[in-house]
Amino acid sequence: MSRSDPTKPKRLAIIASKGSLDWAYPPFILGSTAAAMGWEVGIFFTFFGLSLLKPKLNMSVTPLGNPAMPMKMPFGPKWFQNIVWPIPVFMMSIPGFQWLATTLMKMTFKNSNVATVEELRDICIQFGARLIACQMTMDVFGFKPEEFIPSAEVAGAAAFLEYAGDADVTLYV
Amino acid sequence: MSDKSRTVLDLKGLLCPMPVVKLALAMKTIPVGAIIEATASDPGVVADIPAWARSSGNELVTLDKVADKEFRFVVKRLK
Repeated sequence: MSRSDPTKPKRLAIIASKGSLDWAYPPFILGSTAAAMGWEVGIFFTFFGLSLLKPKLNMSVTPLGNPAMPMKMPFGPKWFQNIVWPIPVFMMSIPGFQWLATTLMKMTFKNSNVATVEELRDICIQFGARLIACQMTMDVFGFKPEEFIPSAEVAGAAAFLEYAGDADVTLYV
Repeated sequence: MSDKSRTVLDLKGLLCPMPVVKLALAMKTIPVGAIIEATASDPGVVADIPAWARSSGNELVTLDKVADKEFRFVVKRLK
């Protein structure tokens, strides 16, 4: 069982702590890719990352939290799409701006044919990646196991650390 | 024989990580020793497919850029 055993597959352990659209991608992109490479994959969902285990995902982008986020339009002629709109930070707090930024980013992803977060999550599951919900934050935020997709498991910090202790790559997202 | 052991895979239009993911899924459906011939448009495959082959223990037989956004590669299932 030693990790120095060269025949043993590599292991990736990720902590997913954010629930917004831009932060939802990295754990599932890296998880599905690692699983496709034959690695063992475990993703530990904690704090706002827990909502990524809901059957139906409805994530937003928060431009207010990313003040330098470039704003580009995903429609119109190429010269128009290339404009980086200089949006003052205070405007990002105007009601409806988050909805606008989310809509534009979803449109950008769709136009580029990027896989959806749900698709990437399904691929992780198909390859046998472990999706682990953090017990403590579930209790704190009032999540029930039955609110999550059936493949999600529930565990605590010690269980995740035991898994991550044998990992070759560990990431905090 | 050559027709049976060769699978053609169209990965055009897919972006990272989907070419690697779809290739890995297709690999599970073919027997050891069989070959997949794939076409992709994502320039990322030039770095990612060789990395996938090394990590997953399969053989990258060829990988060529045939046009501006067209890449062809052949992989062989080894295990």
